[in-house]
Amino acid sequence: MADLQQQIAALCPQAEFDSTGEFLLVTVPDAQWHALARALKEQLGFDYLTALVGVDWKETLGVVYYITNSDTQEMIHVKVTTDNREQPMLHSVSDIWAVANYQEREVYDFYGIIFINHPDMRRFFLRNDWVGYPLRKDYDASEKLNPLRLEDEQNEDDTCSWVEDEKGNVARVAGKVFDDDEYVINVGPQHPSTHGVMRYRASLDGEIVKKVDVVSGYIHRGIEKMCESLTYPQTLLYTERMDYMAAHINRHALCLCIEKAMGLEVPRRAELIRLIMDELMRLSSHLLSYGCLTMDQGATTAFFYGFRDRELIYDIFDRTCGARMSMSYATIGGVVADVHPDFIKDVRHACDVIEKNLKEYHKLFTGNVIAVNRMKGVGVLDRADALNYAITGPSGRASGVHCDVRKTHPYSLYNEFDFDEVIRTEGDSMARYKVRMDEMVQSIKILRQACDKFEAEEGNEYIAKVPKMIKLPAGHWYQQVEASRGAFGVYLESDGDPKPFQKPYRLHFQTPCFNLVGIVDLTCKDNMIADLITITASIDYVIPDIDR
Amino acid sequence: MEVKIKSMKHDDFKNNEYIDGLVEQIRASGTNIVVGKLNDLLNWGISNSLWPFCFGTSCCAIEFMCLGAARYDMARFGFEVARNSPRQADYIMCQGTITYRMAPALKRLYEQMAEPKYVIACGSCTVSGGPFKNSYCVVKGIDEIIPVDVYIPGCPPRPEAFFYGLIQLQRKIKVQKYFGGVNRKEKKMEYVPDGKE
Repeated sequence: MADLQQQIAALCPQAEFDSTGEFLLVTVPDAQWHALARALKEQLGFDYLTALVGVDWKETLGVVYYITNSDTQEMIHVKVTTDNREQPMLHSVSDIWAVANYQEREVYDFYGIIFINHPDMRRFFLRNDWVGYPLRKDYDASEKLNPLRLEDEQNEDDTCSWVEDEKGNVARVAGKVFDDDEYVINVGPQHPSTHGVMRYRASLDGEIVKKVDVVSGYIHRGIEKMCESLTYPQTLLYTERMDYMAAHINRHALCLCIEKAMGLEVPRRAELIRLIMDELMRLSSHLLSYGCLTMDQGATTAFFYGFRDRELIYDIFDRTCGARMSMSYATIGGVVADVHPDFIKDVRHACDVIEKNLKEYHKLFTGNVIAVNRMKGVGVLDRADALNYAITGPSGRASGVHCDVRKTHPYSLYNEFDFDEVIRTEGDSMARYKVRMDEMVQSIKILRQACDKFEAEEGNEYIAKVPKMIKLPAGHWYQQVEASRGAFGVYLESDGDPKPFQKPYRLHFQTPCFNLVGIVDLTCKDNMIADLITITASIDYVIPDIDR
Repeated sequence: MEVKIKSMKHDDFKNNEYIDGLVEQIRASGTNIVVGKLNDLLNWGISNSLWPFCFGTSCCAIEFMCLGAARYDMARFGFEVARNSPRQADYIMCQGTITYRMAPALKRLYEQMAEPKYVIACGSCTVSGGPFKNSYCVVKGIDEIIPVDVYIPGCPPRPEAFFYGLIQLQRKIKVQKYFGGVNRKEKKMEYVPDGKE
């Protein structure tokens, strides 16, 4: 770490360092940030922007960038702030890490921070006639400013960017998303094949897609703002309603993050239960994505097969947690209740059934001529782009990126387990589909080992001793887990408030699907409009996870 | 007639007596003619072939997909023809949170549906805003925008709850008077010609 600190200090003498936290913290003035970012990527190999978190520190507004070196998996974070609250401006890094494009738009939407030289500075989640920036601490939430409007948004094509000239003057330049003579069709927000309420505006040349404009926010519920007015145990509820197909895993992530901040030791048996639930959730999620991907290509029967097996997993959840979806099972320090007496028997049974059925699914669909023609070589994402857009999860691994958090930053008990990280190199829709199918085999392998370990475990401890009032010291933490669709990160900042019922100062969820939607334009370009559906289905995002 | 359904007892599910009566009539007379009310015939037809318009925005939509799959199989009750166009559907199955950005779309899709049309609000988000009630951009219950016939609570509701709600809608339809005396309270929409306010 000291070595890296010297290297960065040589690149940027103005930088200040703090190495007391879990990762090296670099504080950089905005004027030097863009040059340092470029050097970090090109000279020091920090090519993967893991998270970009906007924060309002009352006197200053700013952004925390978590950056990873994809070879060594070394992680640092950089803090850039501005004290102008009237018209805050920072330099954009979207030309260095492409994933920052949408993330900076999100920060603009929440905090009003304008990113200089960003190509498309529009709001991302909220209506374009929204007044105010909701995640600021001094936001006025009155209904008078932002009533429920039942008329459509106007001037959707208008965009702008703030361009800096050589002398350092910044000026607003208005622009259009689409030219007047472009033929634009609208898909969504209520469309059966967008897997939720995503809306695309695609510019076409004949049947060929030229550009896709993603309009998100149709299910933006402001979870991060609401979390700031809840105590830590209460915030857990919302993690399950983002990516509901990774409910256990997301909740596990926030629990891990709070436990890390508290310095709480979780009983091994409880951690094993959580791990089994995580892998069951992953199986359930991949089966759903199999069902939906096949149905989008006309194979309705396969959809029924996928759902048949998911019911087995739902039954396990139902017996132990008391609910089929939104289980609310993991909690700070362990899980809320002990498992059902038949739990291990059921898990083993589900593993056996799904393993047998997976072979059948391959026989039914994988080699099918329609499937091959529609997926092979379509929507190719190469390794460089996958890193640039920070694509993780099955979609990233299909492009050859080594990004399984269970391997790169092992959490929970994953380093005790023997499993393979499924990596393919083709990067097309077919590869993404196959990675998912092979990951299910690996999940079954993990589950079987976990069942053995669980049976060898003694006692029936399922939760640690947790204080009734959870108080965290001042500081910030970041915790990543491997959710069903990629790396799910939690940024937690506490101000160390000594009053009872402490609330998080800032809670940000870096969701995998948010990055996934960034490649829709890239992968669909120059493909047929019908392929937009299969490509987006193979990328497999969950909309509430994007919008939060 | 105003319909008030507070709770449904188990025996009440067998509310097909009038159909049984028609069958008996046919058997007794020995001919293929029955005398009955046209209302009953229409209600029988509408209530047993309800085509949903899936307005699924989040978690509840996944449970609705489970309803369509093999174990729960809503085809048994005539609900399986899920449409994605409002013009072909009988009722909106509104599943999931409705945000301020989505509200105009929901309103418009409801207006595009043909009469008779019904609305089911599935899950706590559509009923009242649910866990997101305190948010700055979530509609606190879809009844602020469109009239709702049946509320199904739950987060998300279990498939059994979905069936309960759907069968409540069937019962509601079975007592409606198609010709006059409609039991719906919605105001009639006013026709505004183009260019006039």
